[in-house]
Amino acid sequence: MEPEVLLVVVAALLVVALIAVVPLVAGRRSRHRADGHRQAVVDREPGVGDDAGSPPVATRAVTEVALPEELEERPGALPAEVEEIAPRRRFRDRLGRSRTALSRGLAGLLARGTGDDAAWDELEEALLAADVGVATTGELIERLRSRAQAGDADLRELLRAELLAAVGAADRSLALDLVPDSERPAIVLVVGVNGTGKTTTCGKLALALAEEGKRSVLAAADTFRAAATEQLLLWGERVGAQVVRHQQGADPAAVAFDALASARAKGADVLLVDTAGRLHTKTNLMEELKKVRRVLEREGGKVREVLLVLDATTGQNGLAQARQFTDAVGVTGLVLTKLDGTAKGGIVVAVQRELGIPVKLVGLGEGEHDLAPFDPEAFVDALLAEDAEAR
Amino acid sequence: MTRPGGPGRTILVGTARDAERDRPPVFDSLSDRLQEIFTKLRGHGRLSEAQVDAALREVRLALLEADVNFRVVKDFVSRVRERAVGEEVTRSLTPAQQVIKIVHEELIATLGERNEPLTFASRPPTVVLLAGLQGSGKTSTAAKLARWLVTKHRKPLLVACDLQRPAAVRQLQVLGEQAKVPVYAPEDGSGRGDPVAVALGARAEAERAGRDVLVVDTAGRLAVDAEMMAEAAAIKDAVQPTEVLLVVDAMTGQDAVQTALAFQEGVDVTGVILTKLDGDARGGAALSIRTVTGRPVKFATTGEKLADFDAFHPDRLAGRILGMGDVLTLIERAEETVDRERAEAMERKLREASFTLEDFLDQLQQVKRMGPLSQVLGMLPGMSQQLRGAEVDDRDLARVEAIIQSMTPQERANPKILNGSRRARIARGSGTTTQQVNALVRQFDDARKMMKQLAGMSPKQLRRMGLRM
Repeated sequence: MEPEVLLVVVAALLVVALIAVVPLVAGRRSRHRADGHRQAVVDREPGVGDDAGSPPVATRAVTEVALPEELEERPGALPAEVEEIAPRRRFRDRLGRSRTALSRGLAGLLARGTGDDAAWDELEEALLAADVGVATTGELIERLRSRAQAGDADLRELLRAELLAAVGAADRSLALDLVPDSERPAIVLVVGVNGTGKTTTCGKLALALAEEGKRSVLAAADTFRAAATEQLLLWGERVGAQVVRHQQGADPAAVAFDALASARAKGADVLLVDTAGRLHTKTNLMEELKKVRRVLEREGGKVREVLLVLDATTGQNGLAQARQFTDAVGVTGLVLTKLDGTAKGGIVVAVQRELGIPVKLVGLGEGEHDLAPFDPEAFVDALLAEDAEAR
Repeated sequence: MTRPGGPGRTILVGTARDAERDRPPVFDSLSDRLQEIFTKLRGHGRLSEAQVDAALREVRLALLEADVNFRVVKDFVSRVRERAVGEEVTRSLTPAQQVIKIVHEELIATLGERNEPLTFASRPPTVVLLAGLQGSGKTSTAAKLARWLVTKHRKPLLVACDLQRPAAVRQLQVLGEQAKVPVYAPEDGSGRGDPVAVALGARAEAERAGRDVLVVDTAGRLAVDAEMMAEAAAIKDAVQPTEVLLVVDAMTGQDAVQTALAFQEGVDVTGVILTKLDGDARGGAALSIRTVTGRPVKFATTGEKLADFDAFHPDRLAGRILGMGDVLTLIERAEETVDRERAEAMERKLREASFTLEDFLDQLQQVKRMGPLSQVLGMLPGMSQQLRGAEVDDRDLARVEAIIQSMTPQERANPKILNGSRRARIARGSGTTTQQVNALVRQFDDARKMMKQLAGMSPKQLRRMGLRM
């Protein structure tokens, strides 16, 4: 085919596609906003004005070839010495492993004084290097500049305070305590893109809850990735929690449905739903996720937490992930995993500033106890550490 | 097809923008922002320093937003500056286009002109070792690579050396079955077994089973984990790989540099596989890695199916990093799905401006075959940003189809006859509302108008319009 013809054809096709879809998209988006508002107070049941006539939601078919991502951290035996370290201490140790550029930026700034543009640039770069992002960094620097001019001299303290204000939200606890009997089990939905560590987080969370004396049921609603269910089963064995599963390719909402029934029958305190990794840009997969939540709530289940698992190495795309998952299923908290590497996870600063979603848990390593409550001070101090290698 | 030079505004983008007006601009396309700057800074003949500096501030932001490492950005921008200052503004390009052209060329120069193919050993078996962080996608990539090798008439053997992650071996076995590639997995894994021993046995197994390429899946490991890195090195020594490919998530941020350097030091990486490129991440990590290690990206994975794997084209990523779409891939896909006769018929209809709802339906169906709408639109210049967050839903297409299919042939040929009762009937027939039917008829009118404009354009104008990288 001659390129010229093809060019015309492509252009024509795209015009058609755009015209056909864009106005509908725009219309629907505004309705969604209204919906979101309504849903926040009332429910998530379909109502007047919803797409009653739309065709059934496409799910990943059984016949589709599975694509597993190699997602998870390796849970392994924990060395005895680590076991004895208190959680907070460990958080600091792990975070401190890598060198931080930010501290060098600050050192330069302090040495040269606040009038030096190059020093400010360095500070800016240091924040960028931690994946804090262009917009948030710009804002932070702007505020620091104005306060520095106002005579506040201790930039380090100022920046620390700014960062703390950004990530230190008031309530970072999991809403799993003091659950009335009628609302049991408390449901936790674990969601995220492929490869962030959802299954591992479910396993570690079940263990942590067990140690608090709470009994969990695990729902293997990742019916897509090959062997995801087996992976969760191994965790279930380790923790002593029941795992409800279907065959690969089954409807995840059906798994959630059965798991809820099973958790109720057993009188479990918590139902942990492990969902398949999905890119936030795939509409049909996000619909599938919405259905999981919808089905649980239709059965009278109380979804108390929707945890978005974010990989600390994630860059600016993390913000798009948080936005889309929040729109779809109402994320209540972040789990920042793989924080024991060199990545700083600065994207959560941007996520929390823009969307107000707090980080609730962090993954600090491959041991089964390496899931800890988020400690904003330790997190910020790690960003600002003088020289971590010396610590 | 020759690749056209710089970017341009496009009426397509204009359409989308109208719908986007109420959203805060997350990131306007770089070409738009540069255009804006240059309307303020008029120069004559040559790019002035002031113009270039203002433009490069935007380029810098664009690169940082795309997750290119800040140091890499710094060097890159200074290289572009050197080239751009004093450059003559040619008559055919605006200053903004001129800067973009330089940035684009420099990106391609950094990323590599063309795809670097997989190296095969002169004496089989070829051994490909996959390494990377946890969750970057090694196991699924291993299976995809193996399947790709099969299509290239090789006989791959998957080797399960990830004995750490629970059920990783099982995952590879399942995937191997789907890809119809044998899997060498003497250990069950999940924390037990010695991956080096497995690696040692793999070569003998390949010889015994007559396989000529080994694809070795390893456990995910952190850059700072010295012990695990030593293990990776030991596996490498055991299998003597022809290629060591670092598997990197396209969503990776600034940390890509540390990771790449650590793996290069640990196992001497020969190339990179970029995964999850089907999302909306711009993939700046690839530029960082290429810059600091000099290693090329050889493959990319673009979906969840085993077939969603292909040779990586650096020139296309350059456009994506700048938020300029991926028109070449789009055209390639159109070539695969649209047959010649239909294309020519379509062109004829465009020229004659005899475009009916029937044709509209036909074209929608062809667009559908090109892939999920969000993906197709994402390849358009400027579209990925415009539509970021917008829910482009294939079900919208289904609704449009249902409406048109509920019309009689006369109505399709001549929408003017659609009176109120016909519209009500169509709405009932398609399970939609009269409003939706009305909206579609309006949209069709718009489409027809645009088609007329298109038909009047020369291919050159079309390209300028935005069908370019």
